[in-house]
Amino acid sequence: MAETNVAQSFTERRLGSAADLKLYQEELLAQKDPQQAEVIVCYGTGCLAAGAEQVEAALKEALDQAGLDTKVRPLIKTTGCRGFCSRGPLVVIQPEGLFYQKVKASDAEEIVQTTLVEGQPVERLLYQDPQSGEPIPREQDIPFYKKQHRLVLGRIGSVDPTDIRESIAAGAYQALAKVLTGMSPEDVVSEVEKSGLRGRGGAGFPTGRKWRGALKAIEKKGRPVYVVCNGDEGDPGAFMDCMIMEGDPHAVLEGMIIAAYALGSEQGYIYVRHEYPVAIKHLDLAMEQARSLGLLGDNILGSDFCFDLRINRGAGAFVCGESTALFTSIEGLAGEPRPKYVRSVEEGLWGRPTVLNNVESWANVPLIINNGADWFAGIGVPHSTGTKVFSLVGKVNNVGLVEVPMGTSLVEIIEEIGGGVPGGEPFKAVQTGGPSGGCIPYSLKDVPVDYDSLSKVGSMMGSGGMIVMDERDCVVDVARYFLRFLEEESCGKCIPCRLGLTRLREMLDDFSKGKGTEKDVEEIESLGEAIKDGSLCALGGSAPNPVLTTLQYFRDEYLAHINERRCPAGICKELISYQIDQEACTGCRTCARLCPQEAISGEKKKPHTIDQDKCIQCGICLESCNFGAVQVISPALVSQKSQEAAS
Amino acid sequence: MIEFKINDQPVEAQAGWTVLDTARQYGIHIPTLCHHEAVEPSGNCRLCVVELRDGDWSKVVISCMYPVQDGLQVYTDSDRVKNVRRWILEMLLSECPASSEIQRLAQEYGVEQTRFAIHDPEEDCILCGLCVRTCKEVVGVSAISMVGRGVHKVIGTPYMMPSDACVACGSCVTVCPTGAMRRRLDLVRGEPKTRMAHSAV
Amino acid sequence: MSTAPVEVDIDEIIERYPGKQEYLIFLLQDVQSAFRYIPPEALELICDHTGVPLSQAYSVATFYKSFSLKPKGEHQVKVCLGTACHLKGGERLVDDLERKLKVKAGETTADLLVTLETVNCLGCCALSPVVVVDDDYLAQATSGKLNKKLKSLAAQ
Repeated sequence: MAETNVAQSFTERRLGSAADLKLYQEELLAQKDPQQAEVIVCYGTGCLAAGAEQVEAALKEALDQAGLDTKVRPLIKTTGCRGFCSRGPLVVIQPEGLFYQKVKASDAEEIVQTTLVEGQPVERLLYQDPQSGEPIPREQDIPFYKKQHRLVLGRIGSVDPTDIRESIAAGAYQALAKVLTGMSPEDVVSEVEKSGLRGRGGAGFPTGRKWRGALKAIEKKGRPVYVVCNGDEGDPGAFMDCMIMEGDPHAVLEGMIIAAYALGSEQGYIYVRHEYPVAIKHLDLAMEQARSLGLLGDNILGSDFCFDLRINRGAGAFVCGESTALFTSIEGLAGEPRPKYVRSVEEGLWGRPTVLNNVESWANVPLIINNGADWFAGIGVPHSTGTKVFSLVGKVNNVGLVEVPMGTSLVEIIEEIGGGVPGGEPFKAVQTGGPSGGCIPYSLKDVPVDYDSLSKVGSMMGSGGMIVMDERDCVVDVARYFLRFLEEESCGKCIPCRLGLTRLREMLDDFSKGKGTEKDVEEIESLGEAIKDGSLCALGGSAPNPVLTTLQYFRDEYLAHINERRCPAGICKELISYQIDQEACTGCRTCARLCPQEAISGEKKKPHTIDQDKCIQCGICLESCNFGAVQVISPALVSQKSQEAAS
Repeated sequence: MIEFKINDQPVEAQAGWTVLDTARQYGIHIPTLCHHEAVEPSGNCRLCVVELRDGDWSKVVISCMYPVQDGLQVYTDSDRVKNVRRWILEMLLSECPASSEIQRLAQEYGVEQTRFAIHDPEEDCILCGLCVRTCKEVVGVSAISMVGRGVHKVIGTPYMMPSDACVACGSCVTVCPTGAMRRRLDLVRGEPKTRMAHSAV
Repeated sequence: MSTAPVEVDIDEIIERYPGKQEYLIFLLQDVQSAFRYIPPEALELICDHTGVPLSQAYSVATFYKSFSLKPKGEHQVKVCLGTACHLKGGERLVDDLERKLKVKAGETTADLLVTLETVNCLGCCALSPVVVVDDDYLAQATSGKLNKKLKSLAAQ
């Protein structure tokens, strides 16, 4: 934890020049003893939800009790997300770099005793290679991390994001210093142009070209010009922007301040989804600390350049991730999009020239300035440069945040980094781009993940959600899921989206019940095209994508639903029955107790049976059975009731 | 003067015009519901879509807000355009079955009937928002607004109670393309009796 | 204010922000978190302060999902319906909770104890399906775990 005297000197200090920042960084680094032990507890959302706070408290107590402060006193600190969420809570011991996973509060004493006192690793907490079973002590040797190229996530996991000194010691704001001392606004814009950076929020518009457009608009319309960060990450299954804002807020601030310098902006806004309270807190703290050091606000680093930022919390509307809706929301209105025939760089927030970029795009800017456009352009592939952060989730062993060079293939990400599907079978499909994206089948597993290749196969980069599906996931169900999501999030302004998504979803509802004809499949495609062509904004304009791509790649599965009344994945309720395997059932009564319909009967220690007339296919028995005795059958068993009705 | 083509016919427009303005000048028919000269365009009914083409490239935009540019090639009745209109009208037939204007338009564009379920046979509001924009921009009282979001959106007053802000001018009824405001006016301004009670207070 | 808990000072909340339209959502958020809903009196005061017509503020208050015009429950049960949670049975948990609490998602129990909500991705997909009760994350939630949790809420 921070020593009081250092904390005081930090609040009193104001950095008067770029040289002063360099000096401050050196001072901070000099205060650090590289041999001093550090206990790092990951405070990413996944680890927190898995109990990281309790682990941290237990570690603190164990450290106190071990009386270690007489020897080299270990620092205990919390950081943003390390990425390997399925192994949380994560604890790393520096300087050795020992990586402990699935740590419990009850492990704290052993960690302190064995590792910090005796200097030995706690073997049972190390990650084991899934093939050889050998323990892998260090993070960088674990397959999940080995293939990654962590640049945007570079500082996350090693710095405490609530203490600006940690970030400064690790190099934060050096790009800003470089810009203020040796680069003209024109230099900055052309550097970003040259880097080839494209928007990480979804559409992939070249960032430099956007900034250039704003410069031209300013020539015509003058200032003010606004700089805005889109932190309204709403795609379900995507959380990389959240982790960047939480884990390295200064990277986002620095990127925005650099753009503000290049464009001559005095005010910027960060729009953050309200479901991300920690991101808001960390950004707030970061801004406050940057202001007190003279890195934000008036006369930044002693120059004439003044720029400040404000956070706008979202209020629960996915559509506000759309640029014009986001502006409307910052203006204090209901977040309805406006037709975009005039670009935001000309007419954005309050009708003024505005540069809106996504969190990850902003966090890339300092990297480009520090290392140069050529370095950046050398990473990735020609039209998609740099890296991309993905949240790898769903039916994959290693769930978490991964950062890879653009152009890495799907199969490398899912199988080498992600460790493949639990059970070892190949994945069935992967959904990229969230509700606006598409489902890519296993047969296209070698597709390089870059903007152009993904759109060629009917999907899109999107913000970076990557949801892996296996054979037990039904494409009709997934398409319905995304439509239902968007139906609920549609702002309702334009008719194709407001009415069309519901109608499209209702048609899929019918399919999931085994109703419908092949003609309906064609009609769905036609309605999908009408919604894409007719909708006002990108929400409606891309909403049919999950349906259209699943129809393209999994048409047979749709046809099985309507022609055979069969759901091959065993998901669609109306087409399945649950049945108890009489051999496997031990008669433990767990399912019978939990069944909300009291549909399960049978004596204790004797095989149970399900009354199909009472069963509502809620699936609780399947979920609760510890013996794998509950089976899903499709096509459904015809129940007695419906048999009677038929006869 | 800006020169471009609508349905292969050369047209001229003034800077600041929209494609719809130009089409109307030349008597080329494009259907609209949410458009009205008296208020700012909103672009939500999407009936006025047209297709822009340039070689292989093609895009569907709304004519009521698309600014004219030299060299545009606009098609007002292409297959893509017709597909959008057909679906909008078929959906509106089930959503607003009571509106004769919608029935007339549907017929005009060859939509005989709707496959979709009718939830409210009395419904005639298409939520184009002309009433709301008129109340705000022309009358200047903002008595009504959009309430709710998405599929739950309706036109209404705060708390769905008669509004003190309403001046009972009836402009909303005049601009309404489907006649839907006629039966809603009393909900907005209150029954004559309540209105007097209000002014007495 | 009759509807406000005594300790909440609505005037203090209003004074936090300048009287401009751009602060309307900020004010609604602060009022929502203080009162667990937007009382009609508060909405009128906000309109007086910001100069936003009541109809427009009402439109904003009904547009965003985090605002409620009716009081919310003492406890919030949020079921994550992000994609990962969906694939692992999130909807099943919603159905189950709807049956147990006898409300639909988005509603509050008659005794104002619990509001049941669904959310879109909480960013902890490794723990899916996730249910958050107040600030407590239930990882790999099941019907059985929810039974226990709901019992503990009722006992408090």
